[in-house]
Amino acid sequence: MREGAVLEMRGICKYFPGVRALQDVDFTLREGEIHALMGENGAGKSTLIKVLTGVYPKDGGEVHIKGIDGAAVIRSPQDAQNAGISTVYQEITLCPNLTVAENMYIGRTKGAGANWKAMNAGAGKILESLGIPASPRQQLGSCSIAVQQMVAIARAVDMECKVLILDEPTSSLDEQEVVKLFGLMRDLKAKGVGIIFVTHFLEQVYEVCDRITVLRDGQLVGEYVIEDLPRVQLVSKMLGKELDDMADIKGETGGQAVSQEGAPVLEAQGLCSSAGIKPFDFSIRKGEVNGFTGLLGSGRSECVRAIFGADHVTAGTVKMDGREARIKKPLDAMRQGIGYLPEDRKGDGIVGDLSVRENIILALQVMKGFFRPFSRAQAEAFADEYIKLLEIKTASADTPIKSLSGGNQQKCILARWLLTDPKYLILDEPTRGIDIGTKIEIQKLVLKLASEGKSVTFISSEIDEMLRTCSRLVVMRDRKAVGELNGEDLTQSKIMATIAGGDEK
Amino acid sequence: MKMKKVLSLALAAAMALSLAACGNGGGGASSGQPSCGASSSEPSGGASSSTPAPAPTGELITVGVINNDPNESGYRTANDAAMRATFTEENGYKTTFFNNNDAAQQIATAQQMVQDEVDFLLLSPASTTGWDTVLKDAQDAGTQVILFDRMLEADESMYAAAVVSDMPAEGKTAVDWLAAQGLDEYNIIHIQGHMGSDAQLGRTGALDEKVAAEASWNYVAQQTADWDEATARTITQSVIDSGKPFNVIYAENNGMARGAVAALDAAGITHGKGGDVIVMGFDSDKWAFEAVLEGSWNYMGLCNPLQADTVDSIIKDLMAGKAPAQKIIYTPEQGFDCDTLTQADVDTYGT
Amino acid sequence: MTTPVKNPETQVRRPDESLWKRLTRQQLFIPVAALVLLVLFNLIADPTFFTVSVKENSLGNPVLSGNMVSVLDNASELVILAIGMTLVTASSGGQDISVGATMTIAGSVILRLVCGGQAAADTMQMNLFLAVLIGIVVTALFGAFNGTLVAYFNIQPMVATLIMYTAGRSIAAWINNNQLPIINDVAFKYAGTFLPGIPVPTPIFITALMVLVFWLVLKFTNLGLYTQSVGINPNSSRLNGLNPKMIKLLTYVILGVCVAVAGYIRISRSGSINYSRNAENIEMDAILAVALGGNALSGGKFNIYGSILGAYVIQFLTTTLYKYEVPSTALPAYKAVVVILLVVLSAPVVREKLSSMKKAPVKAVKEVS
Repeated sequence: MREGAVLEMRGICKYFPGVRALQDVDFTLREGEIHALMGENGAGKSTLIKVLTGVYPKDGGEVHIKGIDGAAVIRSPQDAQNAGISTVYQEITLCPNLTVAENMYIGRTKGAGANWKAMNAGAGKILESLGIPASPRQQLGSCSIAVQQMVAIARAVDMECKVLILDEPTSSLDEQEVVKLFGLMRDLKAKGVGIIFVTHFLEQVYEVCDRITVLRDGQLVGEYVIEDLPRVQLVSKMLGKELDDMADIKGETGGQAVSQEGAPVLEAQGLCSSAGIKPFDFSIRKGEVNGFTGLLGSGRSECVRAIFGADHVTAGTVKMDGREARIKKPLDAMRQGIGYLPEDRKGDGIVGDLSVRENIILALQVMKGFFRPFSRAQAEAFADEYIKLLEIKTASADTPIKSLSGGNQQKCILARWLLTDPKYLILDEPTRGIDIGTKIEIQKLVLKLASEGKSVTFISSEIDEMLRTCSRLVVMRDRKAVGELNGEDLTQSKIMATIAGGDEK
Repeated sequence: MKMKKVLSLALAAAMALSLAACGNGGGGASSGQPSCGASSSEPSGGASSSTPAPAPTGELITVGVINNDPNESGYRTANDAAMRATFTEENGYKTTFFNNNDAAQQIATAQQMVQDEVDFLLLSPASTTGWDTVLKDAQDAGTQVILFDRMLEADESMYAAAVVSDMPAEGKTAVDWLAAQGLDEYNIIHIQGHMGSDAQLGRTGALDEKVAAEASWNYVAQQTADWDEATARTITQSVIDSGKPFNVIYAENNGMARGAVAALDAAGITHGKGGDVIVMGFDSDKWAFEAVLEGSWNYMGLCNPLQADTVDSIIKDLMAGKAPAQKIIYTPEQGFDCDTLTQADVDTYGT
Repeated sequence: MTTPVKNPETQVRRPDESLWKRLTRQQLFIPVAALVLLVLFNLIADPTFFTVSVKENSLGNPVLSGNMVSVLDNASELVILAIGMTLVTASSGGQDISVGATMTIAGSVILRLVCGGQAAADTMQMNLFLAVLIGIVVTALFGAFNGTLVAYFNIQPMVATLIMYTAGRSIAAWINNNQLPIINDVAFKYAGTFLPGIPVPTPIFITALMVLVFWLVLKFTNLGLYTQSVGINPNSSRLNGLNPKMIKLLTYVILGVCVAVAGYIRISRSGSINYSRNAENIEMDAILAVALGGNALSGGKFNIYGSILGAYVIQFLTTTLYKYEVPSTALPAYKAVVVILLVVLSAPVVREKLSSMKKAPVKAVKEVS
């Protein structure tokens, strides 16, 4: 093993039916460093981590861990834990119906007995030292997602790990929470813990990491010290092609101005739903791209869900093309020509075990009706068309969608709605948790749709992205629409100020 | 959405209503049929306990009746119906009925009835063991126990009387009748009842003995159909499919005999009077009597389910201070065959 | 609905995959293998098992007779139930344990109608077709009751159907005033025995008809896509315009219809009914058929043909056990052992192991027997 390294992986290979997920990948983690693992979706990051943590058996290569002679044998997550490797996944893998302390100690007590008092005290101490706002006796499910994530990290930290893997830990955190998390990471780094940080947020990588390892198509591209790798180069290495960054997208935003006139496609008044948002007015014109912005929990998703009829609509009227439309359930909205890509891809978007083809045709099929199924050939034609159009990477149209990478799953959902040829398409966080390449493709697609005369609502946590695509932004705060910005006002600082409520009152 | 919710609620309500209606309807049936909830664990003697009808004479005798599930067989249905028809307020009884095939539940309910200090506990136990505590408690509490239809393992002193069918005798009568048919060879399909039950043990015992003793008596198959007609049909069908020759079907109740006959009919094997196969059944179902009368079956061993009257007179005697002459009273029973059965017998004994 | 043979997983394969590996990954591998083993066992032990002969039944009609005919005939109720059970399992991720009881209700209703309330009837008092139709409506309503509890009140399917499981047989008895009616009309028994002049047992035709109907329904409606979608992810399904609750309810109603048909076959075999023994424990066999067919009991993707095959395997096994006169009291135990083997073999973990045993495939097969 190299001097100072806590973890060395050599020549790791992993095959899945029809896919070479990893081929001859090396990875070295040194003591007290934060090491970013970067790559597009499907590049092999998740697979590498699952091999390291014993979720998947590897098909080749060796893993060396400091303190263990010879090649480490990791056959299960338990083995990994014993070897000092702890993981915090993007999706919380704790038990929401247990208390915070129970979650921190579950599966770690020695012997049959459990000293709850000592556990609660111990957990309290750790939570306090890490500045996590949760009580040990609180039920985990009652904490916010961010706090749950931090509890997961606290659990990992308490297990005195040598290697801490953070898989997309920030995707559901707001900015302050991210700052707190980074503080936590730096503390751990100072204690000599090696941290593997998997994320899609470039800014975060440059803020906190020391080194970057880039993977592409299951192969190692290289390992770089952060100072040696400017952002543009990182992106181009991840994509495997020279990329003129985001410039070309910005260039296309000229089209936005077109949509400021003309009759609204959809007009909502006093719309209100059971999800607890204040009544709001909203309208969108043909060919316009608008956005809802605000902090997490500000009600931006609830607004679009109310428009689509996804939540129980309690009040308000909706007009489509000037005619009154009764939208009580999603099917009503679909019949009016509205499409909705939900925020929670896994929970609300994909139908995991169904094939890519079935997922793509689902919405159109439902609109067509129970007694009129598409023929196999027709369904195949639709699927193939969109797989090609959106460059969905899948072994075949028959592959279950759950085995695709996040970005490709999202493309399938997009395909599903594009297939219905909607007048108005709502995209709620379409770019969350997916790779840069796909992000840009999706942004381009949104602008293209708008230029074809479709109206689009685009919601994203990344304000940059919204600025690049939207011509008008509705700002939400505390489940209420607090402002609308367009034209000159569409600047980062102005948006921030509106979100924060600085310039009001 | 809303419309559908309302609809579904209405549906659920309708179902609940139909269940409730079922509870009432059964009790109100003129024939004194048990209510449909009879197999459920709550005692269904609502009619006698809740309606304060005036007693004919003096005070009512309190009685707890523990019986098996009336749906078990035609025999049981008749047995239960007779009990319910006899122990009524008109006849001077305040009765609580409990029907269950689970011995544990029977025992628990019996215990409760003893605690409630019923005068008489009428018992048709689902299993022959496990009753010691109940019997002792009953004795201490002054509750007299009368067994009907089924025996249990206990000293005679623990109960006042037992009105039962003599199952071994039934078996012996049947086997003797079969031996009297004078066949050269007896190749028997023996379809047994629920293993371990009084009826199965008695009816199997006699036949087992004979088959062991006689070289010309053989079992082609001996399996339990658990009193189930469909299973009996399957067992018989399986023997037919295997091509083994047989000439006797000895089914331990009428339902199973009927199932076996269905299999014979499907394969075109003649049976009954003058047929290739002798068909034998047990119990008292009217339709089975008719099958014998028609000559479609050869023999039916009568197992009299109507012990209610005998039990009634024993209670009346006991109340008058007269102990029964003997503890165990066998109900009058006999075998009927297709040559001697008359329409009069059918009308007398058929249930 | 995907066609059964084209399992998506097998279409994506590495070129070096052996035939054995591909074979073991097929969803239908386990039921087909079990069937092949049962056939082989019977061929070796006693080839006459497969003899089919023509006999004349008591009505003078020529009929086919033999173990194989018995298997196909006796599996009928189970196959029909397995179809409905598969749909219910797919949509609600749970099973209906009341089918034996509701089959008895269907039988009781039909008997009451054809007997006209009499204890015994020599001729049918009502048009048989109408009586069966009413039976179907009644059990469809009970299915709707179960489905409502599951879909709209979010009660676990097994708990929701426990109500009818407990009460069903009493309801069936109540329908006939606790009498055990008997119908002696020959025409009533056509469905459970033979049609005049046709040597093949009628239940086989009814089953074939039901399979055909469901094949057509799955082909010409979206029942398959909708139930699978709802079973896999009700949230996504709702956001795609489906009404998951209605679809769950629908599958329970469909099962109710299947139950009535199966119940009708069962009572028309003998023309009588025994409320506490009729179709006892058939729910367990029906659930087992679904599992044997390689369907996840937690719902989602299904293969209805797998369940049908599973049902035949179970009946084949039962008939084989009867044929070898397994001691009557030990019969359920033998069945349980075989069932455990089959279910363990169909578990994903074991199948993964199985498919990696390409060096000694013969050995692996032998383990099954």
